[in-house]
Amino acid sequence: MNNLLTASLEWIDARYPLSQQWNEHLAKYYAPKNFNFWYYFGSLAILVLVLQMVTGIFLAGSYKPDATLAFASVEYIMRDVEYGWLIRYMHAIGASFFFIAVYLHMFRALLYGSYRKPRELLWIIGMCIYMALMAESFLGYLLPWGQMSYWGAQVIISLFGAIPYIGEDLAVWVRGDYVISDVTLNRFFAYHVVSMPIILLGLVFVHILALHHVGSNNPDGIEIKKQPKNEKGWYLDGIPFHPYYTVKDIFGVGIFLILFALAIFYAPEMGGYFLEKNNFFPADPMNTPLHIEPLWYFTPFYAILRAIPDKLGGVVAMGASIVVLFFLPWLDRSPVKSIRYKGMVYKLALFLFVVSFFGLGYLGMQAPTPTFTLLSRILSVIYFAFFLLMPFYSVWDKTKPVPERLTD
Amino acid sequence: MKRIIFTLALLLPAMAIASTELHLEKAPTDITDKAALQEGAKLYVNYCMGCHSLNYSRFERVGKDSGMTEDEVKQNLMFTADKIGETMTIAMTKADGVNWFGVAPPDLSVTARSRGVDWIYNYLLAFYVDPARPFGVNNLIFKDVAMPHALWERQGLQKPVYETVTEGGQSHQVIKSLEPVNQADAAKAENYRKDVLNLVTFLEYVGEPAKLERQRLGIWVLIYLVILTIVAYLLKKEYWRDVH
Amino acid sequence: MSAHSVTPSQVSPEQGTDDKGRRRFLIAATTVVGGIGAGFASVPFILSLQPSAKTRAAGAPVEADISKLEDGQRIIVEWRGKPVWIVKRTPQNLTELATLTGKLRDPTSEEPQQPAYAKNEQRSIKPEYLVVVGICTHLGCSPSYVTADDPSAKDLMSDWKGGFFCPCHGSFFDLAGRVYQGVPAPTNLVVPPHKYLSDTRILIGVDQDGA
Repeated sequence: MNNLLTASLEWIDARYPLSQQWNEHLAKYYAPKNFNFWYYFGSLAILVLVLQMVTGIFLAGSYKPDATLAFASVEYIMRDVEYGWLIRYMHAIGASFFFIAVYLHMFRALLYGSYRKPRELLWIIGMCIYMALMAESFLGYLLPWGQMSYWGAQVIISLFGAIPYIGEDLAVWVRGDYVISDVTLNRFFAYHVVSMPIILLGLVFVHILALHHVGSNNPDGIEIKKQPKNEKGWYLDGIPFHPYYTVKDIFGVGIFLILFALAIFYAPEMGGYFLEKNNFFPADPMNTPLHIEPLWYFTPFYAILRAIPDKLGGVVAMGASIVVLFFLPWLDRSPVKSIRYKGMVYKLALFLFVVSFFGLGYLGMQAPTPTFTLLSRILSVIYFAFFLLMPFYSVWDKTKPVPERLTD
Repeated sequence: MKRIIFTLALLLPAMAIASTELHLEKAPTDITDKAALQEGAKLYVNYCMGCHSLNYSRFERVGKDSGMTEDEVKQNLMFTADKIGETMTIAMTKADGVNWFGVAPPDLSVTARSRGVDWIYNYLLAFYVDPARPFGVNNLIFKDVAMPHALWERQGLQKPVYETVTEGGQSHQVIKSLEPVNQADAAKAENYRKDVLNLVTFLEYVGEPAKLERQRLGIWVLIYLVILTIVAYLLKKEYWRDVH
Repeated sequence: MSAHSVTPSQVSPEQGTDDKGRRRFLIAATTVVGGIGAGFASVPFILSLQPSAKTRAAGAPVEADISKLEDGQRIIVEWRGKPVWIVKRTPQNLTELATLTGKLRDPTSEEPQQPAYAKNEQRSIKPEYLVVVGICTHLGCSPSYVTADDPSAKDLMSDWKGGFFCPCHGSFFDLAGRVYQGVPAPTNLVVPPHKYLSDTRILIGVDQDGA
């Protein structure tokens, strides 16, 4: 039996680098041994991506991308298709969990400076994934063809209209119609199920290749590859990804799935955060709901958009709030990577940034009042200040000396 | 670090109480109560389904989930449809609806999820006499609603009780509460409340027929996942002894 | 994670023989538990591909009115998206059925292509009415009805007694839906479950009472 396996593996290896890839990416990929809680979310994001693809394929098999049929076909899935409700909830709630995983994954990078040299490109690819994910979820959100689907898309696509000269024509070109319509739904479906998944998969693949090329960062922000190797050829503070992090990630998957199952089976609407009440009204192009809000994962940026009393200005600010993240590797000029060795200034700045992000997220869900608008403006300033002042405060910050070896 | 997490934890409940809308009395529904479901389904087909379809709901499924036999479903629920697998559609077209009421009566399949169960409950209890309206009734929850009080023969009629409110030096009358117009209608009040509860229970079920199955299945999935997580934890601990 | 640092020599997968067994056991346990979970998780996905409530409702039994059916005539009703033929056979047709035995592959309907109540020489409940699914048992084409006096009958077969001819791959069936020998179709045409609601109404898709 063992001989047969060895022989088969040799046969394959002569024709395809299977063992080589297994070693490069798992068995002999050395990761720092001190990954903590924050390091679960990369693998969890991949898990959700796979779940979204599987459930998405099954949903696409029963869904109808036609303005007269779309809403009914979702209810058909929820009622008439065997276990359709389960697959649909997994997909709809999976979208929120995708963003939860990705936001925590990104926050990890902020904590430990995972975007710093030599991981600048890794960070940029990651930002591309984040933007592709936003596009993917926005496109997908139109498909149930409820009131929020319709008016959310209407508002967001109208943002293109703010671009000088070509804006209105561009918006019409994106929609294929003068308003969101059957035409828009049909093409958004195509992008959601074909183009964006391919782009996402490609980006995730490149993200992992880039990671394995430069090696993983860690909570201490120390480059383990700069250390000598032991007699086995391991870096002193490195351990092989497989089996150590594979077994650890399986445990993480277990915890994650428990939370996911709790949402699916006991709180699928999550008080309106995962499935909005207004989206159970079929799309009606003649009536706008009183209060339009995007899903929670877009609300910080939506609040920035609304904070600016000018159409073009708002769009530019919202775009800038995402684009600025791309420049993070060059904005941070601190001599150390990890927050563990950064001083009070950076810790305070990060704290304020988190407050502004959550605050904007909350405000983006509220109907605009003068007080809320003022608050949004203050928090928007803090949000941008975190990035734009970083070249200065990261230099002034009193950092602690970084040890040679990992500390835990 | 710890402080950041702590602050996040403080922010979460603030987000949960985000938007409070108009105050609604809680509807004490229980969709596991099959008698209530059957009663609600009967009321629905008799009083509501003239105008309001349940296009996504099937007679067969309603019968099965509320514990009715096929014959009971045919006798009690199916007046025009002839096949039990059919959806609960109506003959009235959208154009007819607009002609007769000004707006087409909406399909109510998912109204319990869009408006909410409590909203429907309060709405059905809030019709009152208002001669200014085309059908002689208005509604406290849905002002100037186009719908007549379809259940009036079960409730009788209510009239508003006004109180005078002084606001910024100006006083005007507002409706404080509703009360039955006469003794006979007052006697119906308790039964009507039960009718409305049954109806709302039925609509909650129709909004998501898989709800009970979802909650039943969830327990087993969670038990399984806890076992998997425990085994995975032991495996992880076993390997990580090498590292610690 | 504990705070004390380790030397790399402590990190070794082949360490300590005493916990090798425990390790193997836990790997097996995780694999088994995970495998069972994956198995159960695939169930809803597989079941979701089954006919939905809508499809099943559309495939509900259909009624056919045969009061206007004349000798030799055929009507077609749709049941589960398939054509179901109802043919009224003449007394001559019925006597001729017996004469074909030698030319047929399964003259006594041994293959379970019909409900028990239609396993007889006429393959029907009432001798004169044939009820069959009009789908060739070869590869699913729908055969044509060719009566004995049809001008094209001679081209099919000398001495054609009437029956069905599948244009796709040239299979022949007699007026009881029985397949001829030497053609690609392997079995007789399927008789669907059906019952008589009255002398003139047939319900297709439901078995006869007591069957």
